[in-house]
Amino acid sequence: MLEIIKQPWPWYVSGPLIGLMVPLLLLLGNKAFGISSSLRHVCAACFPANIPFFKYNWKQEVWNLFFVAGIAIGAFITWQWLFDYNSIHLNPKLLNELNSYGITDYKQVVPHELVNWQSLFTLKGFLCIIAGGFLIGFGTRYAGGCTSGHAISGLSNLQWPSLVATISFMTGGFVVANFILPVILKI
Amino acid sequence: MMENTVAYNTKETTRNATQATSTVVINLKFLLAGIFFGFLLIKSEVISWFRIQEMFRFQSFHMFGIIGSAIMVGMISIFLIKKFNLKTINGEPIAIAPKKFNKGMIYGGLLFGFGWAITGACPGPLFAQIGSGATVVMITLLSAIAGTWTYGRFREKLPH
Repeated sequence: MLEIIKQPWPWYVSGPLIGLMVPLLLLLGNKAFGISSSLRHVCAACFPANIPFFKYNWKQEVWNLFFVAGIAIGAFITWQWLFDYNSIHLNPKLLNELNSYGITDYKQVVPHELVNWQSLFTLKGFLCIIAGGFLIGFGTRYAGGCTSGHAISGLSNLQWPSLVATISFMTGGFVVANFILPVILKI
Repeated sequence: MMENTVAYNTKETTRNATQATSTVVINLKFLLAGIFFGFLLIKSEVISWFRIQEMFRFQSFHMFGIIGSAIMVGMISIFLIKKFNLKTINGEPIAIAPKKFNKGMIYGGLLFGFGWAITGACPGPLFAQIGSGATVVMITLLSAIAGTWTYGRFREKLPH
């Protein structure tokens, strides 16, 4: 029984449930499903530094911070007790490629050979942890949203600017994953 | 006089405490919604760095299936909400702000795409990866906050 509960869910089960977050948040309190805004609220709450972009009443948006705290708690509970990563099936082609860079353990959410506390002080680790994170925060705010705000919420509401943003995310990711990341991983 | 001050302070403290409690109570439903979403991010394997690499290499349909079906369900839901004029649980009419185009969506979108492929995470999964025990991702998150701050700082100088 526990084995069945712990299985990952196929895309046609988990995808539609993720889509239901859109009406759920609207019905719970007129909130637009979007996560990258939480990063802006943290800036506004902790380091506003008199910057106009961070001068707003972040307390009115505090629901978003409760939401992201929930994500971490939900992930903790699920990872500890409700999930078995051994049943994940990745494309062998990817695993072969990663093997050649010394990444062999794919039973984790991030490759621990690459993303760990010691590697922070290496060039590879710096690029994959610090530079990558910076691009996420800078890029999502510049674009006005991330996968949840543009790709899911925006497209659900038939917003063409969100389509432009989504195509840009995918293009950027395609270029880096195929042409830049392999170079970084060879460092 | 002193008694008055003490009484006033106690009152003030009680009021602050009440306010803090009501903030928590009001937002508890969003915490629960977040817990559910965190659960889904793991069950769907969206938090996996490896799944993101597969997606950008077109080596698996998994991620495209998830994002595509999530959008379909979201679209149908919003269509129904508008068609039947549904209200929130507090009885307010539902209003969704439209997205206004600016070129930042292209420039910023590309930059976010770079970060997504390098870290194997978008903002939601960052929180989920930390929750699942990948503690070093806290540094990625702090760096993302720094990135957002830097955008805010230089916003006027950037092309939009």
